[in-house]
Amino acid sequence: MSVNIQIAPVNSHYWSALAKGELHYQRCQKCGHSWLPARETCPRCLSEESEWVPSSGRGKILSWISYHKAYAPHLADRIPYNVAIVELDEGPRLITNIITEPPDRKVSVGAEVVLKIEKDFGLHLPRFRLASPKPMSE
Amino acid sequence: MRGRVVISGVGNTRYGQHPGRDKIDLIVEAARNALADANLDKDEIDGVFVKLATSSPGILYGQKVSEALGLRPTIGCALDQGGAANIGLVTYAALAIEAGIIRNALICYGDTARTGTHAAYHRPRGDDAVMGWYSTAAGYAMIHQAYRESYKVPDEHFGIVAVTARNHGVGNPDAHLRQPLSMDEYLKRPFVIEPLRRDDMCLVSDGGAAIILTSSEEAKRKKNARAVPILGLGQAQESWEVHLRPNLLSTRARDSAEMAFRQAGIRREDLSFAQIYDCFTITVLLTLEDYLLAPAGQAGARALSEGLGVDGWLPLNTSGGLLSESGIPGLQLIIEAVRQLRGEARLQVKEPRYGIVSNQGGSMHTHATMILGAAG
Repeated sequence: MSVNIQIAPVNSHYWSALAKGELHYQRCQKCGHSWLPARETCPRCLSEESEWVPSSGRGKILSWISYHKAYAPHLADRIPYNVAIVELDEGPRLITNIITEPPDRKVSVGAEVVLKIEKDFGLHLPRFRLASPKPMSE
Repeated sequence: MRGRVVISGVGNTRYGQHPGRDKIDLIVEAARNALADANLDKDEIDGVFVKLATSSPGILYGQKVSEALGLRPTIGCALDQGGAANIGLVTYAALAIEAGIIRNALICYGDTARTGTHAAYHRPRGDDAVMGWYSTAAGYAMIHQAYRESYKVPDEHFGIVAVTARNHGVGNPDAHLRQPLSMDEYLKRPFVIEPLRRDDMCLVSDGGAAIILTSSEEAKRKKNARAVPILGLGQAQESWEVHLRPNLLSTRARDSAEMAFRQAGIRREDLSFAQIYDCFTITVLLTLEDYLLAPAGQAGARALSEGLGVDGWLPLNTSGGLLSESGIPGLQLIIEAVRQLRGEARLQVKEPRYGIVSNQGGSMHTHATMILGAAG
């Protein structure tokens, strides 16, 4: 197993919020821009005044892939597994995994997803499951 | 730019496997070939511009290469812009020549990623590796999937790029992979990272390549009738990681091409061929579209119906590109463009007037474009 997360002052809040069951992102108090991953400075206006905000946990898939090759030994018993880009409703984006339960639900670009925090590698990881299909509107 | 700087010589090693050889020795072999091609004494080189080795980047690399060449140049440097670095280096070398700082620039690159280490291509991608996010290929797979599902195109649109490049490399004696590929074979290969199949992905090769730049006056003085003029150079950087950029279906290759076309003063339809950086098949489709050579989502359809061979719509990667000739990024595309414009290519396009070369790197993070004119 060779998973190595760098927990530092800049991102420790992100990981501790996940451990408490919430996905937090950063928001600039000057220009309102929202982002992940954690940085000291707003990448839009370069202000240092940012706050951590809880996400609704809802988002959509921008793209996804499925690994059929293990690029590290600890991934060998996991293939095939997916990795997706998810954009939260609030704007920030993550590299994540989509939980495909039940297995007949298909991962696709544009699909709506909901946060499901899972414990793995001794960490609380922000993964997502496919959102329940919306009821047909009248 | 407009032809004030020319490519006066090109050279390369055989591409593929060079077990036990050092990457700098491969650069020296390629540089020796380029010097002979330019009919230039090595001591006339006063600028040494090296692309960092992908597999093992290190500091003072331009100086290590200069030492191996027995040179103490005016400018010696190494650059990292990923796969766009070669045209990047051409740009900075051309500016230095135009400014009168140097007279002859050697631009070179060598690596032993095949028989040495290719860990760089398999790397964990920062903290996101905890999600299983590994490898260079994965970034392109994300772009490929977004394109495939957004435009709803069949896999043949990607396959035609691989089939064309592979068939162009078959008769190239220097090529790493000289094995033809049919569309059926392409489609039957299993996924490596879905939606990427093995043949969507470029080779990992050992080899070296080099080109020499000088001013057009200097080339005239030397009566070098095979010098190929640089008409336009462009760059534009996407920079942001693949999951953070605003749009997965278009890149700043568009701005890079616009700059090069504006400098060259030619139209898209004036091009006789294109050497497009085909590290992955999706890169070719997106680059053709960003260069406004095909409408968005339709490059593959046009390639399928009108062909990318020497008699096709746009002769593409005529020596095999990264998918067949060599995975060593970038310079071999410039070398093939030069050979085409001298009329010395193995699969020669008939009387070419203008050719375009694209370079890009990262997961389409960096972009650079070059337009060349016919020799003489």
